Amino acid sequence: MDASWVMGLLGGLLIGLGGAVYLLGNGRVMGASGILGGLVDGSARSESAERLAFIVGLIGMPLLMRPLIAPQSETHLTENLLLVVVAGLLVGVGTRIANGCTSGHGVCGISRFSLRGIVATLIYIAAGALTVLALRHILGVI
Amino acid sequence: MRILIALIAGALFGTGLLVSGMTDTTKVQGWLDLFGAWDPTLAFVMGGAILPMLIAWRMTNRRQPIAGGQFPSPPRPELDRRLIIGSALFGMGWGLVGLCPGPAMASLSYGGLGGLLFILAMITGMFIAPGLGAQLDRAANPT
Repeated sequence: MDASWVMGLLGGLLIGLGGAVYLLGNGRVMGASGILGGLVDGSARSESAERLAFIVGLIGMPLLMRPLIAPQSETHLTENLLLVVVAGLLVGVGTRIANGCTSGHGVCGISRFSLRGIVATLIYIAAGALTVLALRHILGVI
Repeated sequence: MRILIALIAGALFGTGLLVSGMTDTTKVQGWLDLFGAWDPTLAFVMGGAILPMLIAWRMTNRRQPIAGGQFPSPPRPELDRRLIIGSALFGMGWGLVGLCPGPAMASLSYGGLGGLLFILAMITGMFIAPGLGAQLDRAANPT
């Protein structure tokens, strides 16, 4: 057992703190797919600037902090670029049709006891676990 | 004010994703791998993130957002096919490579070509999603 669960808990608290700042400050649900998706499909309208600022912080802070706190961290993303593209399309379409992802439905939805958030989270975890089961243990692709 | 708050929230979110190891796809796929070498880290991240949010939602009862405006309306109760089908599609993509929207953006600076490609594909998916969602509604209610 290594210390990864401690870092997980610590990182999780920071994620939740970010969500709390966004909610209590701007009155908005912190959902990564909604914030980006609203910019992509033009539904964000007047909130474009604050959404862009959120994304600048989300991309910029790891850029600045990684050399200091986690220089060895890697994404270990598969080198199969076809899988990457298919996964990206599924994540983009799915999160926008379902109106939320791990942060919006997961973190922010569960914490307000939203039935939709809880059901969405159960479904995407089940779909993810079945995908890993099928492609790793049955087909041996990932 | 709203822009500064959003920048701080995004920075906290990104730092949390980096610190927790959630930008490492092997940890995410390891958590989803219930039938292999299961990695429990994601459960601690989720639990840790929900704690401050529980308090924050409680605080929305008796105040206004600092930057003005209104808090989000109460969650809708109904479960529709958009929620169910969309979440299933998202879960498949999530399991396939171990990335969801937050970590994909947070790791842009060190995710290499594959990470960039994922984001471009995800943005493409987000662009076509409203059309696909409308087709889903038409399939549900043929006129």
